[in-house]
Amino acid sequence: MSLKNKAAIVGVYEHPTRFAPSKTTYQIIAESAREALADAGLTIKDVDGLFNAGAGFSLGLADYLNVNPSYTDTTNYGGSSFVGHAAHAAAAISAGLCSVALICYSATPVSAPMAGGGGGMPLDPASNFENPYGVTIINGYALTAQRHMHEYGTTSEQLAEIAVTMRLHASMNPNAKYRDPITVEDVLKSRVISSPLHLLDCCVVSDGGGAVVMTSAERARDLRKKPIYLLGSGEAMRHGAGGHRDLMDIATNDSARQAYERSGLGPKDIDMAMIYDSFTITVLMQLEALGMCKRGEGGAWVSGGRLRYDSEFPINTDGGGLSSNHPGMRGIFLLIEAVRQLRGEGGPRQAKKRLRTAVATGIGGILGYRHAAATVILSNE
Amino acid sequence: MPEEKEKRTYQKFVPVFDEENRPFWEATKRHELFVQRCRECGFLQFHPRAVCAKCLSSNVQWVKSAGKGKIYTYTVTYQNPTRGFRDSLPYILAYVDLDEGVKMLANVVDCKPEEVKIGMPVEAVFADVTPEVTLVNFRPAR
Ligand SMILES: [Zn+2]
Repeated sequence: MSLKNKAAIVGVYEHPTRFAPSKTTYQIIAESAREALADAGLTIKDVDGLFNAGAGFSLGLADYLNVNPSYTDTTNYGGSSFVGHAAHAAAAISAGLCSVALICYSATPVSAPMAGGGGGMPLDPASNFENPYGVTIINGYALTAQRHMHEYGTTSEQLAEIAVTMRLHASMNPNAKYRDPITVEDVLKSRVISSPLHLLDCCVVSDGGGAVVMTSAERARDLRKKPIYLLGSGEAMRHGAGGHRDLMDIATNDSARQAYERSGLGPKDIDMAMIYDSFTITVLMQLEALGMCKRGEGGAWVSGGRLRYDSEFPINTDGGGLSSNHPGMRGIFLLIEAVRQLRGEGGPRQAKKRLRTAVATGIGGILGYRHAAATVILSNE
Repeated sequence: MPEEKEKRTYQKFVPVFDEENRPFWEATKRHELFVQRCRECGFLQFHPRAVCAKCLSSNVQWVKSAGKGKIYTYTVTYQNPTRGFRDSLPYILAYVDLDEGVKMLANVVDCKPEEVKIGMPVEAVFADVTPEVTLVNFRPAR
């Protein structure tokens, strides 16, 4: 059974906060849910499916929101979880297990680091063989970047181009955390956090949250905004593989293939992309895995402003995690900005080309240790 | 309690022993590195666990590694605010391809950050970091 065109995103809201010392994460979730439901022309009374990662048991969140969902999903494999939730919600709606799904998220790592939801690293059995050596989130990505440079000749300048474009997009997003334009030289001159990744190769840390509302394609047609249909999805993981891991083979190779097969589309049919940009290398390797270029050719491909909002293949038009916001698990914002772009609500940063389709794809966890990819293909037709 | 005091002077993360991984850490205390092989399907694996990571058989045996390998990839970490690690920056973290055929993560020691290279031959060295714990690291092969 295919999920193609069975369900649609009908409401989205990105909380504008980047620093919220006076708000709890539950409050940010509730405010986001209220606005996303209003965007759809629905209310909290309509919600019977609750999707979240980071807020713990779904019971506590249901209590706070005072909803009694018939279906809940707290799948948490890191920042890409919410992209997976969109696929799970489509499946649940399609199977009749719920009719209005609320996908929601908040974390406040800047103002309240202990409040949860910030992603990070749980203690897994493998951790005993990693943590004693000083693993961090960043050095797990750095290990992968170093190998990519070795195998394919990717350069720091090429990675920097990605950060520069994200900042350009952030300059047109009034809510973005950092909005002053930067150059490739600025990135290369910023201090090395874990070689070969510089400070400006890394995502920002912000507070934040957001919500996404989904329902059946049928019901979506009667709601306030133009429905954004889910055409296909995929999920996959990569990990130590018992000591036999190839770091250049990322999970998106599988999640993207599944999403293409299930939607009947290919890379050439995709008009724009929202790509999880925890680090510059994360974007480059996902572009390769999406089939936008061959594996190893990402460095050359991203050069020359190819990813800009006014190019043939815009990505991360909101400024991404590299410049706009990153509370720890930013997958929900991939969905939100893809929907805004497909609706034509991007304002000054709206893609210049006509958009019919968008891919939202994320990497959760840590690329060089354990990670999960989730991909959805969305369309306004 | 001199032993407890000594423990506290080593502030980095130490592995938590359990029945699954204890033989590995007992071996490192003897300055020996062990990986595992499945007696059912022949799969060689790291990190160690109670079952084969290919066929889930419980019939896995410990196999001593020669402790030789090559650097598969590395990173020099300049920022880590975690207790202990913040006092030993920068440090080199690497995946080592053991000659036996599995990858493991470790620090590369006795090596300047600018000298570490992918493909560099390395050999295991053992760091007795607390009375209970000995970690495996690697240094450039001599
Ligand atoms: Zn086996």
